[in-house]
This record gives sequence, C-alpha cells and structure tokens, in this order.
Amino acid sequence: MNPTLIITKRELSSYFSTPVAYVFILIFLVLSGVFTFYLGNFFEREQADLTPFFNFHPWLYLFLVPAVSMRLWSEERKSGTIELLLTLPVTRFQAVMGKFLAAWLFTGIALFLTFPIWLTVNYLGQPDNGVILSSYLGSWLMAGGFLAIGSCMSALTRSQVIAFILCGVVCLVFTLAGFPLVLNAFRGWMPQLVIDTLASLSFMTHFSSVSRGVISLQDLVYFISMAGFWLAATIIVLDMKQAK
Amino acid sequence: MIEISHLVKRFDQLVAVNDLSFRVVPGEILGFLGPNGAGKSTTMKMITGFLSPTEGSVTVNGCDITTDTLAAQQQIGYLPEGAPCYDEMTVRQFLGFIAEIRGYGGDEKQRRIQRVVDTMSLQPVLDQRIETLSKGFTRRVGLAQAIIHDPAVLILDEPTDGLDPNQKHQVREMIRGLSKDKIVIISTHILEEVTAVCTRAVIIAQGKIVADCRPEELEEKSRFHGAVTVTLEESVRASDYVGAFAGIPHVRLVEVNEDANQLTLFPAAGHAALLLAVTEVIRDRQIGVLAIQQEKGRLDEVFRTVTGEVA
Ligand SMILES: Nc1ncnc2c1ncn2[C@@H]1O[C@H](COP(=O)(O)OP(=O)(O)O)[C@@H](O)[C@H]1O
Ligand SMILES: [Mg+2]
Repeated sequence: MNPTLIITKRELSSYFSTPVAYVFILIFLVLSGVFTFYLGNFFEREQADLTPFFNFHPWLYLFLVPAVSMRLWSEERKSGTIELLLTLPVTRFQAVMGKFLAAWLFTGIALFLTFPIWLTVNYLGQPDNGVILSSYLGSWLMAGGFLAIGSCMSALTRSQVIAFILCGVVCLVFTLAGFPLVLNAFRGWMPQLVIDTLASLSFMTHFSSVSRGVISLQDLVYFISMAGFWLAATIIVLDMKQAK
Repeated sequence: MIEISHLVKRFDQLVAVNDLSFRVVPGEILGFLGPNGAGKSTTMKMITGFLSPTEGSVTVNGCDITTDTLAAQQQIGYLPEGAPCYDEMTVRQFLGFIAEIRGYGGDEKQRRIQRVVDTMSLQPVLDQRIETLSKGFTRRVGLAQAIIHDPAVLILDEPTDGLDPNQKHQVREMIRGLSKDKIVIISTHILEEVTAVCTRAVIIAQGKIVADCRPEELEEKSRFHGAVTVTLEESVRASDYVGAFAGIPHVRLVEVNEDANQLTLFPAAGHAALLLAVTEVIRDRQIGVLAIQQEKGRLDEVFRTVTGEVA
C-alpha cells in the first residue's frame, strides 16, 4: 500500500481510539441541528432546501476544524513520535498528506452523519437533491481548506492549545476577509486591487454560492489551491524545524 | 559503512556537535559515550535524517542522508531517546503500522511481526495498548520496531536507560545476538554497557570526540590500570602500612582510602605485575587482609578525565 494511505489509516484509527472523536461528532451534529432549526428558521422559511444548514458551516468549522487539526503535528512533537515518523522511509509530502487526508475523511464522516437533516427536508418537501449534494461537496472542500490551515498551525508548535488558537484565528481572518465590514475598513486608503484580492481570498466569498449549490470552477480552484498552499506551508515548516 | 564527515550542528549560539568525523564498518558495535548534553542524541538525529546538519555530511552505505534520505533511512533501524511510540495503539497495531510503512504486507508482514515479538518477548502484551505498558515493555516495543526490517544499521539512543538489571541484560543479549555483519551504534552513559557489548568506544564531550578506541584500551587509559588495591581488616589501619607497601620495587605511589580502609598501589611506568610482590609482603608481615584486587582500570575515572570533568 502507498505510504500516504498507510499513514491515513493509522491516523484515522487513532482519531477513533479515544472518546474525543465521538464527542466531537456529537457536538458537530447537535450544533448543526441547532443552527439550522433554531437560528436558521428552517421551518419558518417554508422552503424545501438546506440553505440555512450550509450557511452556518463556515462558523461551525471555525470551532470544530481547529479541534480536529490541532493534534495532527503538535501531538507528535509533544510525544516524540515525530522523530519516529520522520525517520521512517516516508517523504515529508507523504506524511503531511497522509495526516491531512485522515483529518479530512474524519470531517467527511461527521458531515455525512448530518444526513437526518437531509432526510427531514426530503420528508417535508421536494428539495433539489442535486443542489444539496453539491453543497455537501462544497462544504467538504471548504473544510479541507480550513484543515490545511490547521495542519500548518499544528506543525508550528508542540502545544495543542496554541495550535487550536492559531488555527482559529487564521481561519477567522480568512472567513471575515470577505465581509463588507472588513472590506470597508480598507476601502479608501488601500488600492482596489488589494481589496479585491482580500475579498477573493475569503472563504465566505467562495462559499456563499456553494451553499446555494453552485460550485463554479473558480471556487473549486480556490478551495483546492487554499489546501495546497497550506499543506505546502506545512512541509516548509517541518523542513525549517528540521534544519533549525 | 557509515561515514560521518565534519559533522556540525548549531542551535542558534550553541554548538551541539562540533566537527565530528568517524566511520563505522559492518561488524562494529560502537558505544557512543559522553556526559549529558554532549551531543550524542543530536548526532544520532542527524545520522537518521531527523535533523539536518549545519555542516558536514553523513552517508549510510553510500547513500547521503540529506540528498538520498529515503534510501538511507530504509537501511536504518532507529530507537529514538525515550522510545516514543504511538501510545493509543496496541503493540500489534503499532508493529503492523511500522511493518507496512517498511513495505511488508500479508504473510511477510505477519512473519516479521512474529519474529520481533519473539525476539523481544512481547507475546504477553501483544494486544495491550502501549500507554498501559511498563517502561521495560515500551522500550522493547521501541526496539522491536527498530529491527522489524532486519536493518543493516541499528541506531539505539540509550536503549537501556531506566530499565531494571534483568531488562538491561535482555537488551544486551538481543544486541549481542544480532548477526555479525551489522553496524550498531548505541549511545549510553552507562560505562559497563560499553565493556559488556561494544567492540569500540567513542567518547564525545561538548560535541567533539575525545576518545576513540576499544573498550579494553579505555581501561588501559585509567591511572588505575595495573594497580593493586588491598582492603584491610577493620582491626588494622590502612595508613599504618603505607611504608610496607611503598618499599616494594616498582611501586610508584601508594594511595590510602581511609573510608574503605584500602590501599591502592600504582606501578611505575612499564611495570605492570605487582600482585605477586604484594601478596608476598602481606604473607611476610602477616597483615590482616580482606581482599586483594588487581585493577583493570576504572572506566568512570577515565570518563571523567577525558571528558574534562576531573573530580
Ligand atoms: N532542538 C534543540 N534546540 C536547542 N538546543 C538543543 C536542541 N536539542 C539539543 N540541544 C542542545 O544540544 C546539546 C546536546 O544535546 P543532546 O544531543 O541531546 O545531548 P546528549 O544526548 O549527549 O545528552 C545540549 O546542550 C542540548 O541542550
Ligand atoms: Mg541524549
């Protein structure tokens, strides 16, 4: 088997070897239910779609992704197993990808377990399931972007708490960057190019259409390059620590 | 062959490893000695590719660890300091993971695992989580993962640290039991370990080699080498007999250890055999003696001398 997948398998089973994983999934399901049904006025809207559900995903990920990604590298550093892992015949790329994939699959599992909400909306009306499926995919892609940030932050420190906070802050920056409030603060004294760039780097800008079920090529490229960039940054951080 | 050439590692201002060069050939079991902080672990981390050298190079059977990392790492089995393992896994899962990463699957994987489980006597804890194991078992799991691919090069960072005497013995037996064409580097600050298992001793202090020789030669470096220590009965005082022993030909110096009621006689250069003359003096003067010991050399004293911390 490919070393990347062997690492993914090990990581994934280590997620499920502690109760933390189950608690995490439970919190994820409860929060997405609360957001959708109470804050999202799911019933009052009287529309058979999951827009309110997906609209809250960036906010949900802001707390839950750091919790999934914080242990990726910090724990290895703390326990010393990083020395074992990186002296086995695997490349940095394989190790980083293997771990990232495990975290991403784990998030995918949590996302999949929200299917009762999908069942509910199908019971109540006739939603466009194609739209819902592509929203799910878009949300999962966005989670990948968040997780890649978390992977990099986790490689920076041996403390999981610090990794959690760093990841939360960076993800918040990338989420808020597209909000008018933030953009207006820059308007007037920054060139339009900077403001446009800022907006185009925001998770929100790209997710707003995704939550309506439209994944444009642009958004796809954005999420994939976001993940690619931060995973490459993870490798660079590991290399820097090695050469320190 | 491992070839280490002008290896340097600097952490900011601190020079942890300072221009280290040596080569190790198959069949050698090299004891890597030095006080805490001497740079043993840092050197091993560079040999195994975990840290990159600030300067210099390491090649393992011709593969440069910085440019040909994976090929070098395939040939190395490594036990990092403290034997870190994935604690949440069972021994079986952990060894399975290592075997898979090393490229074994199916029957071959099972056979490899079984072999190291037998070598390291891990059968009773095979399905136990590593976090629940005693220190001795954890260390053995660490050793088991290091030898699962039967590597040509084995790097062990303090393999017996914190083990009880039985466990130490077991680990040494394992190392002695390795086939004779391997390269083994063991770091330790336990000196007897070197005479017990090693064919060569390299002592470093502050990142530099201060001695590189066979363990026996290390003993010969001791000022106690060839000396004779006489322990007297409690009823007599050691200091009363200094004159008697000092009169023996070729005795250069007599030292008294009041606490142990001992006299140590040092031979003059080039004259090693004092024992016979000493026993004659004891017999002639009917001195009450508990023990007479021919010293081979005191390693701890050599260690302190060469590492510059003469007590
Ligand atoms: N990652 C690091 N950053 C800074 N200093 C370090 C680091 N690792 C080791 N050192 C320092 O390098 C020196 C050598 O350490 P080490 O190789 O662990 O010694 P030994 O294994 O011989 O006890 C010590 O002074 C130690 O504090
Ligand atoms: Mg050490």
